[in-house]
Amino acid sequence: MLDPHAAYSRRLFIRHGVTLASLAGTIPAFIQESALGMVSQAVGNPGRAGVPEERVLVIVQLGGGNDGLNTVVPYGSSDYYAARPTLGIQAPGGTSRGQAGVALELDGTQGIGLHPSLRGLKQLLDDGQLAVLQGVGYPNPNRSHFTSMDIWQAGSTNPRGEGWIGRYFDNACNGTPMPEGAVSIGPTAPLAMVGKVQKPINFESPDLFRWMGGDVDAGMDGAYQALNRAGVLPETAPRSQAAFLMRTALDAQVSSDRIRAAVERTPLTTWPGSDLARQLRMVSAMIRDGMKTRVYYASIAGFDTHAGQLGAHARNLQQVGDALLAFQNELKAQGNHDRVLTLVFSEFGRRVAQNASGGTDHGTAAPSFLIGSAVRPGVHGQHPSLRDLDNGDLKFTQDFRGVYGAVLEDWLQAPSAKVLGGTYPKPKVIRA
Amino acid sequence: MKLPPQLKPLPAKQFNQDCARHLLNRAGFGGTPAQVRALAGMGLQGAVEALVDYQDRPYADAAAQDFDPDIMVPLTQQEQQALAQARRSGDQETLQKYERERNRRQAADREQIREMRKWWLRRMIESPRPLEEKMTLFWHGHFANGYRTVEESWNMFQQNQLFREHATGNFARLVRKVIRDPSMIKYLDNDQNRRGSPNENLSRELMELFTLGEGRGYTEQDIKEGARALTGLTFRDNQPFFNQGAHDTGRKTIFGYSGSFDADGFVDLILAKPECPRFICEKLYRFFVNDAPEGFTRTQEAFIQAAADHFVQQKGELKPLLKAVFASEHFHHPGNRGAIIKSPVQLVVQAARQFHTPVRSLSVLSSACELMGQNLFEPPNVKGWDGGRAWINTSTLFTRQNLMVYLLTGRTPRDQAWKASDQGYSALHLVDAVRGAGDRVDPPQGVDWLMRCSLATPPEAARTATILQSLTVRGMGMDNHGIIEALCLITALPEYQLC
Repeated sequence: MLDPHAAYSRRLFIRHGVTLASLAGTIPAFIQESALGMVSQAVGNPGRAGVPEERVLVIVQLGGGNDGLNTVVPYGSSDYYAARPTLGIQAPGGTSRGQAGVALELDGTQGIGLHPSLRGLKQLLDDGQLAVLQGVGYPNPNRSHFTSMDIWQAGSTNPRGEGWIGRYFDNACNGTPMPEGAVSIGPTAPLAMVGKVQKPINFESPDLFRWMGGDVDAGMDGAYQALNRAGVLPETAPRSQAAFLMRTALDAQVSSDRIRAAVERTPLTTWPGSDLARQLRMVSAMIRDGMKTRVYYASIAGFDTHAGQLGAHARNLQQVGDALLAFQNELKAQGNHDRVLTLVFSEFGRRVAQNASGGTDHGTAAPSFLIGSAVRPGVHGQHPSLRDLDNGDLKFTQDFRGVYGAVLEDWLQAPSAKVLGGTYPKPKVIRA
Repeated sequence: MKLPPQLKPLPAKQFNQDCARHLLNRAGFGGTPAQVRALAGMGLQGAVEALVDYQDRPYADAAAQDFDPDIMVPLTQQEQQALAQARRSGDQETLQKYERERNRRQAADREQIREMRKWWLRRMIESPRPLEEKMTLFWHGHFANGYRTVEESWNMFQQNQLFREHATGNFARLVRKVIRDPSMIKYLDNDQNRRGSPNENLSRELMELFTLGEGRGYTEQDIKEGARALTGLTFRDNQPFFNQGAHDTGRKTIFGYSGSFDADGFVDLILAKPECPRFICEKLYRFFVNDAPEGFTRTQEAFIQAAADHFVQQKGELKPLLKAVFASEHFHHPGNRGAIIKSPVQLVVQAARQFHTPVRSLSVLSSACELMGQNLFEPPNVKGWDGGRAWINTSTLFTRQNLMVYLLTGRTPRDQAWKASDQGYSALHLVDAVRGAGDRVDPPQGVDWLMRCSLATPPEAARTATILQSLTVRGMGMDNHGIIEALCLITALPEYQLC
């Protein structure tokens, strides 16, 4: 099979060899470092799978509050059907009497199944690549989308400063940002990825991640490139605001070239046409290209199902399951599947009882997923009780910061206490 | 009135066009070369007064009267009873009717807040009183409330008008108004702050973020006691309302003083502390003088302290403070030119004002501000926008550059080929000052002049040469098209992001 590292470093060497020559003297240190780093790695020990520096985390955000009870279905509980007379999904093997369909088996002994549209996840489960974390939430749950999303993204119940991934980089990198360390896809950078020092690269689609003055008149392009790739001018004080902007401008050009070249390549496998699949396809292309990115962020919205939930929720979950399956297949074809862990979360689940409009209102704890060959597959933790409720809502059984702790310590091999402002019980979900 | 030595004014004869441009960029949103020349002609004190004493210049803004205060009007008692009845009897039809109605109102309200964003951007671009808008923006970032929590556009509008009314007035008066403002009450939960069950949110932020600064001169106990003083401040029918029954009239001990303080008593205690003028002057300094990414130098510390002393001496009046700062030698020092990274709003509004481009679509400008990290009426949290270098990353830099292409050419990424003649922008006036014989503009002189007018700091010769060469090798001169292309490149310079 192809060796993405060796292939990449040769390309990088050629590309940056040219860049170095043409910009002698003004190039920021990180380009030289990363070029040399990649070269020596390729020469030394190419396919060092499992070495922490090569590990990648992908975060998939389900925006709007995904209905956890209809995602991971407690079909063994009569309380579930009492609370959800029309939305209740039938047990596996049953006949579909209602419109809600029949669950896919997840854990027969616990009476837990997957939403019928999650065939992609079911396949990942059977393949030993899916872990389900039950009852993930936090104390004094906030039912505002914005506040609860900020809490999840900040990794703190008092969300004010940076995001948890941003703090991970800030702590890991001694005050120097890691170029291309964090990449998010979407119109704006999610709080989770923003640190004091570390800033994500963020783009919605690669053809917008560039200057468009050249489309107006291609004749301007040469001058634009010269002005923005010049780095810090010799007359400019290195710590000044101008120098900061000149460095960022050069970073932007380099990242733009890099990313647009990476995502232009035809993927190795076939992909569904959904928007989440489009995002994950770009992520897989960047991983294939050998970018030194440690954390990627993708998202899908539309889970705020207050009314007429059945059809919309089924379509959304199908998109999620199919896109995640395609992503794992692509990684496998690339030979990168051992390097990547994917975390799927939503800002809250929904209320246990369905509402008068065939939907569900904002709730609390819900399952999260971890996907990859490093996970211990199956169901982890306790499904929250459907009887012992807090004002009609589930009580969380796993603090979300414990899930982050597992990801940080057991996958990224970074201490978590400083990032999370404390230690939280960690699920044993990632194999050592 | 004697000024502290650190606030010593710039010698009047040093006030030239570069100083006037700097002043107009900072105290407002910049202006055309002709406006800069006119301001320079007023002399230092005249120019500062023209900007600060704006109340003499009328500006009627009719569009503001179009907003509907009643979109989110609460249910009448009758409606509430009908809804409760429907819940009890499980009357799905009625329940769904109310839900549809609520959804309709919320959608209309979200539409109205979008209109308000566009309205305010237009106001900033058009107003003959730019400092009024700039200070309104300052207070919005300082007393930061967001629509997504307040969920009622009319409250955001009322608060915006409050900031504008007190933009350059008295700080103490503004604070007393703000703690009663319905938007603030909602945002920081003071409607739930009652005798016997205090909510500390407003008390904490009032000291930490609005007046004293985090950990400066107050304790957790002061927050608790202060919260009791704020009990009963709530709102009714979108107006401030004091609920006497919810107010805790008991004895409180705040900063070591004991008494049955009410809200204004608490505010008086806060404002008497030296940390307060110091904190406000630090924030004003970062906003108007230098955003000091690596902390303040000794000189800067001394200037800020002198400003704080002056602020106290002026009894918290903002106009004399701002006048002293804008006229000071320190403000005009070359080291403070280009020392601030433009906020997204500054970038957009300044470009429209300084190049006099068409406004294009206010919706596009407003969403671009959001993409660049500054969605008006939606600061990220109660701390407001961090500002400075936090505005800039590789993505926002491309958005900033592309937005300038859009303003100058009218082109968005989805458009097809550009026809310069169709875009309705005449840029010729920008080079009037360097027209020679037969109204001709020599390209080297023209490009150099455009660079000087556009950038906060003197242009590097290499930059000017690159842009000039790009035009001349393609046979372009200083006609409309050539000027616009030169501006596309100038505004794509990293240093164009500086103010």
